[in-house]
Amino acid sequence: MDLLEYQGKQLFARHGVPVPSGAPATTVEEAVAAADEIGYPCVVKAQVQIGGRGKAGGIQVAKDRTEAEAHANAIIGMDIRGLTVHEVWIEAASDIAAEYYASIVFDRAAKRPLVLLSTQGGMDIEEVADRDPQAIARLHVDPLLGFQDFHARRLTFEAGVDADVVRPIGALLTRLYAAFVAEEAMLVEVNPLIVTGDRQVMALDAKVTLDDSSLFRHPDNAGLRSTDGEDPQERMARERGLTYVKLDGNVGILGNGAGLVMSTLDVVAQAGGSPANFLDAGGGSKAEAITSAVEVILSNDNVTAVLFNIFGGITRCDEVARGLIEAFRQVEPDVPFVVRLDGTNDAEGRALLAEADLPNVHAESTMLDAARRVVELAGAGTDGAPTSPTVPVGEGRETDLGAADARREAGE
Amino acid sequence: MSILVGTDTKLCVSGITGREGTFHAMNNRRYGTAVVSGVTPGKGGQDVEGVPVFDTLHDAIAETGANTAMIFVPPRFAADSILEAEDAGIELIIAITEGIPAHDELRVYNHIARNPDVRLVGPNCPGILSPGKANVGIIPASFFSEGNVGVVSRSGTLTYQIGNELAQAGFGNSTIVGIGGDPVPGSSFVDVIALFEADPETELIVMAGEIGGSAEEEAAEFIAEHVSKPVVAYIAGFTAPPGKTMGHAGAIVSGTAGTAVAKQEALEARGVRVGRTPTEVAQIAAEIAGALKA
Repeated sequence: MDLLEYQGKQLFARHGVPVPSGAPATTVEEAVAAADEIGYPCVVKAQVQIGGRGKAGGIQVAKDRTEAEAHANAIIGMDIRGLTVHEVWIEAASDIAAEYYASIVFDRAAKRPLVLLSTQGGMDIEEVADRDPQAIARLHVDPLLGFQDFHARRLTFEAGVDADVVRPIGALLTRLYAAFVAEEAMLVEVNPLIVTGDRQVMALDAKVTLDDSSLFRHPDNAGLRSTDGEDPQERMARERGLTYVKLDGNVGILGNGAGLVMSTLDVVAQAGGSPANFLDAGGGSKAEAITSAVEVILSNDNVTAVLFNIFGGITRCDEVARGLIEAFRQVEPDVPFVVRLDGTNDAEGRALLAEADLPNVHAESTMLDAARRVVELAGAGTDGAPTSPTVPVGEGRETDLGAADARREAGE
Repeated sequence: MSILVGTDTKLCVSGITGREGTFHAMNNRRYGTAVVSGVTPGKGGQDVEGVPVFDTLHDAIAETGANTAMIFVPPRFAADSILEAEDAGIELIIAITEGIPAHDELRVYNHIARNPDVRLVGPNCPGILSPGKANVGIIPASFFSEGNVGVVSRSGTLTYQIGNELAQAGFGNSTIVGIGGDPVPGSSFVDVIALFEADPETELIVMAGEIGGSAEEEAAEFIAEHVSKPVVAYIAGFTAPPGKTMGHAGAIVSGTAGTAVAKQEALEARGVRVGRTPTEVAQIAAEIAGALKA
């Protein structure tokens, strides 16, 4: 789960990472009141989970009340790359003498947290990594040992931070690491990490990704989930406990188990179809979950045919069949379904479907045949629907910055 | 022979009194696995259809000589259960539980890595099946028979799909190992492929990977340098859009590295053939097996 900038800053502040004083606001009146309280000059910053806020005009400095009001008016409700700004963060303007970069990444390959520090902050860190890899100091930390003072010294000296801020930057990294561990983050990133004119260090931005699986231990963090950027169908699915990702095509897909569903998307694409979604009904799906899943898939108007690809282990095929029958009773779909059931209780499942004799439901016995069939049916249902597979081809360029890079790539 | 689980497996099921724990422990026993004990704190002294239940893993080992632990406890308690099994001296820990917090997995992995006598498989994995010998976990064993193909996979149901395609092409399996789809798996492709390489019964290795991380690329390097047996690979997620998590915590395409294409290229560059569909994997396996016999 990704936090908004100000949520990240509030999280940092709880762990003693210095951040500018500020306040969130959802209306122009609140924004002006916050600006008056903080004093001028101050900065009005759009709070959306997408990069390029500055370029889009979502970050503005206000010298006085009139400007604060004008900026808040312009920014609240602004569209930034498809996301509407509902909230702004008003913070004291900072006197910036130097811009550094710091982050801690949950490094899956190394199975250790990776701490990065650079004096070339304030810009795209991936560009820095490309242009001058030496400019970024990197250090893996043994999670059982934790972040020690010597880690901080190695990083600050290697990165070449100004001599007078070696100790405060080290202290900031120590606190950032404490926040990373205590809040169970997958990423904490500060860009820029500034040194002010009077030589204070401060996190001027905050990017925090939390581990969804740990939120049960952090109920306050769980409440921070922003649904602004979330696709309505994806939200509907999440609220029903399903893993759903909306795609651009017209073939609705349901399977059990992430690997099998990904494989199903690929096989449908190879058969000339274009998947409308990824939907993993999960292990041990009960009939209600299947019914729910059908509703989610059909809530996407692009869907012209649906493929069920089930290989039951924990999942029982008779439960899947019951769920589908119930879904037909409740939703009365008007698109064809292709169903492939294998695994635990598959004979019972197929018998239930045969008995129910649902309209426009086609049984296939292999994944490949099922994919071919659904592509044929989906094509017949629309004119000029996209049928070419959408296989993203990577450039093959590799960096080892992990998630920090990923978020840069995604436009942050 | 087989790897990891077999006729000498003596299984203790942590979380045996839970609904799923009981169901799968009994399923494994019906298959022929020696399920010697279970653990549920506070239920020591009870039994589950004749399998004695203990309060601690230490007691279970002392009383029943268990050498393998299957972890079937809820996510918030699972890391502790794995650490308990390690502390109690279990050789092989198979963690089925899905949804363990990533930082818990990190601590567990780094702790267990210091003990060369313990191996962790999972978490968030379907377990390990050595057909005809032992089944530990949730793999539907009826689809698999004894044979010479070793299978290692990050995904449960994809393993069944590929196993089934192989079965229809006439292949049986030495062992099927699900290593799980989490960010920090206890055992990697490399770990399991090394075991298959050393296993006399395994003649062909099938690995099923997916987008995200670099485990497949690392396996490609390892295979090129250390593996003499033929390996066929499959990668799921060619159609996955970048930046989206596809169910498995590990299955996220981050930028350019970790894509299915990058993995396929890494494997093919080192001589590993990659099937584009589960069906094609079985076809390639059949070609290789034919060539081996010829």
